[in-house]
Order: sequence, then structure tokens, then C-alpha cells
Amino acid sequence: MPSPTSPTPQPAGSPGRAGAPWRTLARALAPRASRSQLIAGALCALLGFGAVTQVRHTAGADYSSLRESELVELLDQLSRRASDLSAQNLALEDQRAELESTRGQAAAAADAAAERLRVQGILAGTLPAEGPGVVLRIYDPAGRVTASSLYHVIEELRNAGAEAMSVADIRITAATWVADGSQGGEPVIEIDGRAVSPPFEFRAIGDPTTIETALNIPGGALASIRNAGGTHDLRHQESLTIDQVAEVPSFEFASPVPEP
Amino acid sequence: MIALIGLAIGVVVGLLIHPTVPPELAPYLPIAVVAALDALAGAARAVLDGLFDDRVFVVSFLSNVVVASFIVFLGDQLGVGTQLSTAVVVVLGIRIFSNVAAIRRRLFKA
Repeated sequence: MPSPTSPTPQPAGSPGRAGAPWRTLARALAPRASRSQLIAGALCALLGFGAVTQVRHTAGADYSSLRESELVELLDQLSRRASDLSAQNLALEDQRAELESTRGQAAAAADAAAERLRVQGILAGTLPAEGPGVVLRIYDPAGRVTASSLYHVIEELRNAGAEAMSVADIRITAATWVADGSQGGEPVIEIDGRAVSPPFEFRAIGDPTTIETALNIPGGALASIRNAGGTHDLRHQESLTIDQVAEVPSFEFASPVPEP
Repeated sequence: MIALIGLAIGVVVGLLIHPTVPPELAPYLPIAVVAALDALAGAARAVLDGLFDDRVFVVSFLSNVVVASFIVFLGDQLGVGTQLSTAVVVVLGIRIFSNVAAIRRRLFKA
């Protein structure tokens, strides 16, 4: 076959005329049962057959047409990618576990805080409370019951384990105070700055039996009321509600010691 | 004309009998096809030049196919099969282009 780069001589037939190459082509293509035509036809058939086979092979096969080295490289890429992905998977699982444990801790902390808030709300008197307890009414027909007698009753209730108390619709807290005062010349009893008048109604949540025993100690709280000419009326209640709440005092001097 | 008919017959036969390529021949068939295309383009150019010779055509066709396949085989043995296949395809492609360009110049004077 001719070298592609060497200049080809003009066909010997008719140089220079425009139609000559086409005529040459037509002459060559004209069906003649010559040997050269048959051989060219056979080789062309071989080429067409091979080309179609290869096209089908390429279209049909995915990996079977690849060489060994290509397959090895492909496998290598896949395993690299798989290990990358599994490492990523591990990292994400770690992260998930961490997040879950953080969430669990946060939830536990929130639960504990809520429980503490509940307990301390009852202790500080900032939450209404309910439960079994006693209602104690103290009548004072003689007008000689003093603040110290009432304070004695409050102390006795505390000693007996009363968990929430109120007197004359005032919630009793750790800061509650009772004092003798006067209003318009008349002696009155003040509790937390509010004047109260008989009958004084104590409500206390706690074990009723213990509270009654404690109050009735000879020479105790109720005895001092009786000595002052007062009478009393103690009733147990299965369920008692104390609705009054105390205001949270604002602390001017004290602040919690920071945790180390 | 008979060449074109033969080409058509080969395509039809290939479509009809669904041949499978034996795995040992799989790397060589595409190169052989490209080499045969190169021989065909060279033959077409020789026809236009009035130099066509059936003996030369047969020899160039077969030797193209065999040499191209052998180079690829050699490349496989040397471990550079993929690169040599690419090289052979590039060289054959350049030859096909230049032959087609020569045919175009003959036929269209352009």
C-alpha cells in the first residue's frame, strides 16, 4: 500500500481533468467478477464481520473485555473506596454514639434538675403542696395567745416532720417570723409582716399521728395555748392542699459558693 | 462494488450469528479492525491513483492485521499492553486520516 506521506503521482489515465478520479472510482466499483474484486470483497466481508463482532462485544460485555491489569486496577480502586467508606462509616457511628450519650446525659441532668426544682420548691414554699396532714384551729376568746405561743406551735410542727405548712393563709418557710405588734392601739400578732387575728388555722402536711403526738406533749405547744386561755381543734385529713406560695426572697449578701 | 457488497455481507453475518469473541483474542480484535480499516483506506487511495494491485492489497491487509496484533501481544508480554494498544491505534488513526485526506484531494480537488 502507498505511503501516506509520499506525494502520489497522478493517475496515468487523464491528468488534470476534474471528472477523471470519479470515473476511475466508478470503473473500480463496477461489478466485475475479477479476482481482485473477489479478494477485496472477501477481505471487506472479514472487516465488516470483525467490526460488528467487536462492537457487539464492547456493547455487551462490561468487565469481560478488560485486561487483567485494568481489572486489577479497578479492583484496587473499589477496595480503596470500600475501605474509605467503611472508615467514614466508623467515624459517623462514633459520632452518633457520642451524640446519643450526650443526649442521654443532658436528659438525665434535666430530669435531676426538674426533681430538685420540685423538692426545693416544696421546701422553699414556692410550689403548692398536697398530701396527708392535719388542720389545727386555735381559738383565742381571752385574747391572750401570744406570738411566742404560735411560734412554739410552728416549731413543734417542724419538729414533728411537717413538710409544708401554712398559717392563716400564709405559707410558712424557713424565713417566716412571728411577732407581737399593735394596730390602732390594739395588740395583734404579725406573721411575716401581716397582722392575723383568731382563729388561727394551721395546715400542715406530714404524718398526722406524729404531729398530734408532738403537739400534745405535756407542757408543749398546745399546753401553752391552753394556759393562755385558748382552745384548739385538731383534725386529721387524708388529703390536704396548701395552695399558698411564698415569694422567693432576693438575697442581698449571700450567694452560693462556686463549685470547685 | 463487490467490495462494498462484501462489507455489507460481513456486517449482516456478524449481526445474525452473534459471534462471541474468544477471551484470548479479545485484546487483538479491536486493533485488527483498526488495522484493516487502515488497509482499506490505503487501497481506496491506490484505486484512485490507479495503482491498485490485488496482491498488494491482500498482503498489506493481512500484514497490517498481523503486525498490529503482534505489537499488542508483545506489549501484553512486556506489561505495557494498554500503552502499546493506544500507540498502535494512534498511528493507524493518523494513517487513516492521511489516506482519507489524499482520497478527498483526488475526488474533490480540495
